[in-house]
Amino acid sequence: MADAPKLVNITVNGKKTTAPAGTLLIEACKQIGIEVPSFCYYPGLSLQGACRMCLVEIEKMPKLQTACTTPVAEGMVVNTESEKVVQSRKAMLEIVLANHPLDCPVCDAGGECELQDMTYTYGAAESKFIDIKSHRDEQQWSPVVFFDRPRCILCYRCVRVCGEGMDVWALGVQNRGQGSVIAPNKQDHLECEECGMCIDICPVGALTSGSYRYKTRPWEMNHVGTVCTHCGDGCLTTVGVRRSDTGMEIVRCDNRDKSGINGDFLCVKGRYAFDFAANQERITQPLIKRDGKFVPATWTQAIELVADKFKQVVQKDGPQAIGVIGSNRTTNEENYLLQKFARLVLGTNNIDHHRTADFPAFAKAISENKARTASMRDVFEAPAVLLIGNDPTEQHPLLAWQIRNNVRLHRSKFYIVNSQAIKLRRQATQFVQIPTGAEARFVDFLSGNDAAAGTLTQAGASNENLSQLRDALKGEQNLVVIFGSELRGADISALVKFAAPQNAKFICLGDYANSRGAADMGLFPDLLPGYATFAGAARYQQEWGADVPALVGMDLKQMFGAARDGKLKALYVVGSNPVSRYALDPFVLQAPFVVVQDMFMTETAIAADVILPAAFAYEKSGTFTSTCGDLQMLRKAGDVVSVKSDFEIVVRIAEKMGYDVRKLVPFGKGLRADMGQSRGAQSGEADRHSVWLQARGLEPKVSPFDPLATLDEIQRLIPGYDVSQINLVSGNDEHTQLVQIQNASIPSHPELVVPSNDTLFTSGTLGRYSTVLNSVMERRATGKEVAAD
Amino acid sequence: MNFSDQLEARFADMLGHYPTKRSVLVPFLLYTQDELGYLTDEAIEEIAQRLDLTALEVRNVISYYSMLRTRPAGKYNVQVCTNICCLLRGGEEILEHARKKLGVAVNKGISEDGVFSVEEVECIGACSWAPAMQVNYDFHENLTEAKVDEILESYRKKAQQ
Ligand code: SF4
Ligand code: SF4
Ligand code: SF4
Ligand code: FES
Ligand code: FES
Repeated sequence: MADAPKLVNITVNGKKTTAPAGTLLIEACKQIGIEVPSFCYYPGLSLQGACRMCLVEIEKMPKLQTACTTPVAEGMVVNTESEKVVQSRKAMLEIVLANHPLDCPVCDAGGECELQDMTYTYGAAESKFIDIKSHRDEQQWSPVVFFDRPRCILCYRCVRVCGEGMDVWALGVQNRGQGSVIAPNKQDHLECEECGMCIDICPVGALTSGSYRYKTRPWEMNHVGTVCTHCGDGCLTTVGVRRSDTGMEIVRCDNRDKSGINGDFLCVKGRYAFDFAANQERITQPLIKRDGKFVPATWTQAIELVADKFKQVVQKDGPQAIGVIGSNRTTNEENYLLQKFARLVLGTNNIDHHRTADFPAFAKAISENKARTASMRDVFEAPAVLLIGNDPTEQHPLLAWQIRNNVRLHRSKFYIVNSQAIKLRRQATQFVQIPTGAEARFVDFLSGNDAAAGTLTQAGASNENLSQLRDALKGEQNLVVIFGSELRGADISALVKFAAPQNAKFICLGDYANSRGAADMGLFPDLLPGYATFAGAARYQQEWGADVPALVGMDLKQMFGAARDGKLKALYVVGSNPVSRYALDPFVLQAPFVVVQDMFMTETAIAADVILPAAFAYEKSGTFTSTCGDLQMLRKAGDVVSVKSDFEIVVRIAEKMGYDVRKLVPFGKGLRADMGQSRGAQSGEADRHSVWLQARGLEPKVSPFDPLATLDEIQRLIPGYDVSQINLVSGNDEHTQLVQIQNASIPSHPELVVPSNDTLFTSGTLGRYSTVLNSVMERRATGKEVAAD
Repeated sequence: MNFSDQLEARFADMLGHYPTKRSVLVPFLLYTQDELGYLTDEAIEEIAQRLDLTALEVRNVISYYSMLRTRPAGKYNVQVCTNICCLLRGGEEILEHARKKLGVAVNKGISEDGVFSVEEVECIGACSWAPAMQVNYDFHENLTEAKVDEILESYRKKAQQ
């Protein structure tokens, strides 16, 4: 580590302060609560000095200086509010406004526009310019990006974030001076990653999005911070919702408040692919199949039917005749509840989910080698990063962002081993291209098997390259090692063993928003929550006050096999589409009684006897665990009145089956307050209490549908999840660790791992029903890579 | 795409003159324009690729310089200065006259036969002999309307040879 930079003394507006040498004046002022207005300055991007809004007076300097490009110096005396400064700000704003259309009443940015705010705070009341403003019509550059030239104040933030931040370089500046104009890379349209970073970073309404423009005003929405529902990286996103006929409609997603691990980053999915929620084809009523056709039913009818059938099967054919498949997109609480439902209510260990990474093997490797997992934050801070397999630009956009910016801003080292020339190689210190499917052999080589090198060499990976890489890696301390689903089973152990002595931390990449959570919560036929084998079932039985079934259950493929053989009589599929993901024959689902909980008519849902319409992540609360193990809280933003959360549905089925729901969800424990359910003389006070709790992001744990009660139980049972709940409810991420409860050998089934192979523009079932993603893909020619700066 | 041998040789030579590849951009654009008449989409792509730039970056630079163009000009590009010295000595009238004479209405427009185009430009550094104009790379100074007629006529003849 380099020595901490020296502190220098400066005086701003009479206040004495210190700042590390090299700090920009604008930042030093911010530290002591003095705002220097700025447009073009943006932390983390290169300095521009274009807008002149940040001019300040510095003693001994004849002219005003830009605070955004001037580093502090010893003895500097600065005035940010002198008459000269105030006057120049007014003039700057006047020039900016000279050609600004001032169409604030219809502009998307109205109400959250930096130019409005600046004019309000620093501007002059009159404009001396009387010339006619030059007008240009609004242009559509892509399904996502629209450009309204006259509103642009030429701060070049968009150009920089697209190039430096995204490494896409799709925006440029053309012409010069007053006539400068932001231009897209294909002359009249854009070909890019459609992330929308440029739109949200634009201080004014010059860049607007196809999905939000002219739809609503910022103050007409409620803004709810929650976790992205797409990939496993765990970006926070702020969902803007508005009342509609059917509940709360989602109008936009962004992260302008820079909350969460992702700061202001979101990819196209996190920012725009929420539209599937309002897709016409969404199932919003329970459906029961009668004579081969789905007929709408009431919730009561549907739940009663499901409960009756499940009970019948359990009684008649035994619990082994029923199977449960969970989801990578439901919350931890729902996943946990579902496995508890299977094990206690149905009495079977026949529970599984679509596995996209070998998390059990990872848990085993971590605990065996006393290694640690890395959080998404570590990826931005680590002095060196090794990536084996996967293509983060496509599959883990936030991870790619973290790596790129770590390299750019911290000059971290970055090593890649991949069978494809993935885009991130542009940031790599060393990139070694190995043959397809050779990732495991590379790990073997790392572990010291020099003979393995022979099978790895090809153009782009000579013996020398490989040895160089291995030596370099051995020299890296505090390295973060990231690997994709190419590595499974024992290879993971070998990799962890190789790097653990260097104080390395690890990330195992799985697909979908909560695939890690699904694994951590025990959606396995042979593992309990926290990757405990049945040998360690005693702890669980004590907590649950019931026995865990002794028999190891069937995995997903075995369940389909049993269905084909007529042994499986009922199947309960929650938020998953195994027919399509595992290319299974839907025909085998004809015989058993199949219940599917989903939003859309998937290949699996078509084969169902009952479909229960489910809410998705933005419509409920609970927690997600990112693929790195970062635990974060979801908050209910959208609402469709006729659907229910998976949590509520499971509880209702259990209740109808005659199970004591208090044993399933430990609600009401330790809290005796009347939360206003009983109307009486004191109900006002109870309501106030409830309001108080909600204002602090806390929910009264008095309802059987309350996921937080289940989170309590999860935190009691799974050691790595023992993190601060207060931090979680305040919207922070808490890194969980993979702590193995007992030292039993964990069964691993690498053959069951099937990566989703989603791209930047696909997202399983949800992506298929997203209009934005579909239109982006339609317009997209085969994307060719561009030169970097 | 292929450039003439002469241009290729020039490009190869220029690469050695600058510390970074991208520095070759502006001169190379100008030489290419001289050869092709204007910077075609194809040429822009080619140059971008050779210099490890995006086509967008090349266009950004082209748009910055008024002497670089992405649309064809006439065989003889008549550039009339209307900056301050020329303006004071009748530059605007000269421009107007040239336009009328050649039947070119808009700035950077081309005459019907494709021989001439007319462009209004800023100072060309011939202030001492204002009003002045430049036809391709040749300067013509101390202009009067009659002199302009003569000059244009000589170019028309050249074009017919
Ligand atoms: S949407 Fe993203 S990739 Fe496309 S131009 Fe904007 S910042 Fe660049
Ligand atoms: S479009 Fe927006 S972000 Fe880009 S330069 Fe103009 S004002 Fe700045
Ligand atoms: S990177 Fe992943 S978590 Fe982040 S916005 Fe994109 S899909 Fe969502
Ligand atoms: S913020 Fe300093 S010049 Fe724009
Ligand atoms: S002003 Fe016309 S040449 Fe200088």
